[in-house]
Amino acid sequence: MATATTASPLQRAQARLAYWLVAPATLLILLIYIVPIAMVIAASLTDYTLVSDYFEFVGLDNYRRMATDDQFGNALHNTFVFAVMFLPAAFVVSLVLAIAIQERKQFRSILEVLYFLPVTSTLAAMALVWAALLDSRQGVINGVIAALGLPPLNFLGSQDLVLFSLALISLWSTIGFNMVLFLAGLTAIPKNLYEAAAIDGADHPLDRFFKVTWPMLGPTAMFVAITTSITAFKLFDVVAIVTRGGPDKASEVYLYLAFLEGFEYFNMGYSAALSLVFLLLILVFAIIQAVVVDRRVHY
Amino acid sequence: MTPLLQDGPSRPSRFDLPALWRAVRPRSPSAVIVTALLLLGAWIMVFPFIWMVSSSLKPTSEVFAPVFTIIPKTFAGLGNYYSVLFDQPYPRFLLNSLIVCVGILVVQLVTAIPAAYALAKLKFRGSTILFGTVVASLTIPINVTSIPIYIGIVKVGLLDTHVAMMFPFFISVFAIFLFRQFFRTFPDSIIQAARIDGFSEMEIVLRLILPSAVPAIAAFSVFSFVAHWNDLYWPLIVVQSQDKMTATLSMMQYQQEFYTDYGKTFASATVVTAPMVIAFLLARRHFIRGITMTGVKG
Repeated sequence: MATATTASPLQRAQARLAYWLVAPATLLILLIYIVPIAMVIAASLTDYTLVSDYFEFVGLDNYRRMATDDQFGNALHNTFVFAVMFLPAAFVVSLVLAIAIQERKQFRSILEVLYFLPVTSTLAAMALVWAALLDSRQGVINGVIAALGLPPLNFLGSQDLVLFSLALISLWSTIGFNMVLFLAGLTAIPKNLYEAAAIDGADHPLDRFFKVTWPMLGPTAMFVAITTSITAFKLFDVVAIVTRGGPDKASEVYLYLAFLEGFEYFNMGYSAALSLVFLLLILVFAIIQAVVVDRRVHY
Repeated sequence: MTPLLQDGPSRPSRFDLPALWRAVRPRSPSAVIVTALLLLGAWIMVFPFIWMVSSSLKPTSEVFAPVFTIIPKTFAGLGNYYSVLFDQPYPRFLLNSLIVCVGILVVQLVTAIPAAYALAKLKFRGSTILFGTVVASLTIPINVTSIPIYIGIVKVGLLDTHVAMMFPFFISVFAIFLFRQFFRTFPDSIIQAARIDGFSEMEIVLRLILPSAVPAIAAFSVFSFVAHWNDLYWPLIVVQSQDKMTATLSMMQYQQEFYTDYGKTFASATVVTAPMVIAFLLARRHFIRGITMTGVKG
């Protein structure tokens, strides 16, 4: 870094210009990130509600409340149950798809486009379509189930099935994205590694996968796992459009609860505390990514 | 760059039947089975779109008919779409979405590109702190800062305005990060030579750096546009009147159970989804690159 005292006129002119260039961005970062984060932290220590301007500092009460709040426990539980169903499927299905598609000589680009299509589409609108497809009485999917001679399933109206159904919809909207990331990782693996493995006797597709593909795919796999986990904890649109947390709060997931507390019940203080816990979760994932990927990226 | 979606070298021309046969000819039994399974999976992925468009052309009574047919028995498409586009404010909703997405993108580019150039190529005190702040802010989603930003917007009386709908996204720390990485690869020697030739720094940015960054700018633009077109969370918080509703937010109207005009429901769903789907089909490679380079979905 140049110190201003010994800088040449050119360097000083450059620095002056640099300040002008970064000024708008810096101001906006202050207004949109720094000040709001400071305010969220402050608000989480108060009982502020938008309805009245009067509020008191309550220390860590909002955080203590979480420990005993059934809604919080329920939302955390729902989010984890959803993640446990969604994450492995979103990872494995995309990986299998990517490997299968990469080996295709025919239809490769059309398959990529079709599997990726849900990623760009408006999930809020497609959620309405999924609600109709999953309808307990008239939905197409229950039509298929009935044709197989099985009893109909109340996908969105049953407390036991609703998170599974949300995982299904989320899977549909995510696998194309993960598949393309895996495809990029697969294309980067040098062909001669497979030839070398074949010489060593690793001819079977499973051998090739465990000896070459999987180890070489490490950084991509890590990246996919992290981004998918964050996607899982950000589940919001489908819940807001289709289930609104129901039936009987069985699909009230974390972000939806934070939204309700803040913008429906106006418990801004408590909602701020919920948001910060959410940020903490995301930071944990970001740190895992930074540490693990940095360590594993060197081959 | 990955060779995604590139056409094969021996793409058959339309009337070259032997070549077409060579391209689709089965190679081995297992390959045929895997291809068939992949095509079946693709059909499942696309089916919701087909069902949506098909239902948008049907009268309400036929949408949930016991046997689903792709081609409507009674064609009600004209009535459904006429009603969505002329009786309901859908042109207004689409325009709101467009205004918000374009406004966000323009401000993001105008603020991020100069900052990224300064961080990549100019020496100034505080650059390390600024870049550190940018990287730290990358992890903060709107869901965390929404409460204070909302309160701020209420206090300055901007609730239910286009500005309020755009404001939290006026700065993209991701764009700054991305463009900085991109600008750093631009050779310093060319910048030095331009300075010696009497180019001002602004000219260097506009005439040298910017043209070289077109691929990164295009990819980021696609990402930004798709993300904000599809965003439900923030409009749900700051939009109050129908006048400011975005296309995506308008989908909330149909969640009420008493709303039963299904043909029109799925005609509006089609209208809302169509712009991003059509844009994707027209610019497939840009879309896939733009959305996946971020690792951030919607």
